[in-house]
Amino acid sequence: MKEILLNPQLWSATLAMATPLALPALGGTFSERSGVVNIAMEGIMLIAAFFAVLFAHLTGSAWLGLLGAIVVGMIVAVIFAWAAVTLTADQVILGMAINIFASGFTAYLLNTIFGFSGTPTDTPMLPNINIPVIKNIPFIGQILSGNSVIVYLMIILIFASNYFLFHTNLGLRIRAVGENPEAAETAGINVIKLRYLGVALSGLFSAIGGAYLSIGLLNSFSTDMSSGRGYIALAAMIFGKWTPFGSFGAALLFGFATALSMQLQNSAMSKNIIMMLPYILTVLALVGVGGKSVSPAADGVPYTPKK
Amino acid sequence: MNKILKSIYMPILAVIIAIIIGSIIMLVTGFNPLAAYASLFIGAFGTLPNIANTLANAVPLIITGLGVAIAFNAGLFNIGAEGQYWIGAIVATWIGYSFKGLPWYIHIPFALIGAMVAAGLWGGIVPGFAKAYTGAHEVITTMMMSYVAIYFSHYLLEFGPMMEKGSVPQSPLIKDSAIIPTILRNTQLSYGIFIAIAAALFVYWLMYKTVWGYEMRAVGFNQRASKYAGMNVPLNIVLSLSLSGIFAGLAGAVQILGVQHRLYDSFTSGYGYTAIVVALLAKNNPIGVVFSALLFAALGTGSQYMQLNAQVPGQLADVITGLIIFFVAADKIIEVLKSMFKKQKKEELAS
Repeated sequence: MKEILLNPQLWSATLAMATPLALPALGGTFSERSGVVNIAMEGIMLIAAFFAVLFAHLTGSAWLGLLGAIVVGMIVAVIFAWAAVTLTADQVILGMAINIFASGFTAYLLNTIFGFSGTPTDTPMLPNINIPVIKNIPFIGQILSGNSVIVYLMIILIFASNYFLFHTNLGLRIRAVGENPEAAETAGINVIKLRYLGVALSGLFSAIGGAYLSIGLLNSFSTDMSSGRGYIALAAMIFGKWTPFGSFGAALLFGFATALSMQLQNSAMSKNIIMMLPYILTVLALVGVGGKSVSPAADGVPYTPKK
Repeated sequence: MNKILKSIYMPILAVIIAIIIGSIIMLVTGFNPLAAYASLFIGAFGTLPNIANTLANAVPLIITGLGVAIAFNAGLFNIGAEGQYWIGAIVATWIGYSFKGLPWYIHIPFALIGAMVAAGLWGGIVPGFAKAYTGAHEVITTMMMSYVAIYFSHYLLEFGPMMEKGSVPQSPLIKDSAIIPTILRNTQLSYGIFIAIAAALFVYWLMYKTVWGYEMRAVGFNQRASKYAGMNVPLNIVLSLSLSGIFAGLAGAVQILGVQHRLYDSFTSGYGYTAIVVALLAKNNPIGVVFSALLFAALGTGSQYMQLNAQVPGQLADVITGLIIFFVAADKIIEVLKSMFKKQKKEELAS
């Protein structure tokens, strides 16, 4: 066990596995703080993962792949927002519909565009970045340097989101809309617009997370490759009490569970038991063991403006 | 009659719109939608074995869908039916292979009831009490419990206590005395179909003809009012989530005893999630669940045939399923389309 814990690979894998959870968890934080439960993040990640590969392959540039993934992901998010916010449809049901659609649609496109042999092997990848000085420190350097550019982008986004949500006017308004939309509207805030913004941001972050899976960690797409990360991200967000830093911390913890289970490949029993832990922890957090997680008051409740 | 027509009008419209969008996707990607839908239909209903397999596919969807519908009726979203299905399947498999020498009329009910109790506790105890007493949202708790159940099955099968000797991660076969026999040879259709139909009738009776059903629906309709009317709201929440789990567990058991005869290591049965779709399209009516399960079962069996014969990837079925649910949920889209249509007409008249 000691050997495993002292292996820097375990810790860099923790960071690598936490990234595709932290990004949608951050997205979910914005969406739910504005009052919209977005379980469609799972589907948005999957769609973004596919289009990242498609655009990267077509243009020969991984960066354009990322951009394409973001555009498509945000289009899906806006469609979701339109149905959920404007048409006041049930958010969880809509999210599920989008996830089923995404799973079928990406698999369908994978087969019709690339055939049954999978995505091309010459698809470009987003670069890994070596940080000068830090990379030369033993142990720490192996963990903190040489990660995918998205890992560093994620860390910047965590800090930026925390600042935005808790230290700007717009952030305050988003939170107000999720807690008490009636009062917010009385104070002259446009509830609908801000909820669109919250959902759009969740689409943006989920799309970056999805692209990371297909052109950050790998350079290929396979069916259902998001494998429930959008849902685990919701758990991380709840565990992190709907805050950017909390979400990041929970994502690290869950990422550690995944990384550890990968290291324990050979003893399958412990691997599957460890994989259960994030889910059990989330249930415990929800029922109030170790400080209860309480959602924004108007989370998941559609709002019809009074005119 | 008019009332029935009104309630099935929206779901049918949603199905039609989804089929049209599916056609557009096929046209854009270079397939002939008419040929595709024709082969999908033949695959689902073209021959007697195909019909039998469609019916067989509908069995787990009907039973799980009934469970999801009960929870929906009580205003609760059991998104974790998948995990409860797994718990039922695990327990039924275990009872199925570990007890020797039981007559079938004891072994089969034993396995079914064991599965129902375990899954009922799984779905009812943690998410039910968590919701009733701490307000923890059942969408998240049932989803989390679902993952725990799935990893638990991996643990049991991948070199765990339920793995068969050898290197394949699967359980031993259940004993002959626990097998629900097939009706039509070389198809998957077992006498489990009668369990599914009986379950639908039972749930209809329970929800619409008994006080318990009335109370659960009342709690779903308005929790505060039910509380003032003297109903025990926490009890009804736990009860409806337990019942939801019981049916998902029954579905898992019937599938093991009637079709699979052993537990395989896989990440999803797919039934738990499709069951939610089944219940939604049926507007949570137990009899509607039977028909809506048949539709999605037909999509499932038909799409495999379509892939072989029209070369259209079978995942098109998921695309259509997702679209159907989207339009069922966002039924106001119809009003938006109508008003757009009216506006256009007015403009045409004005010009």
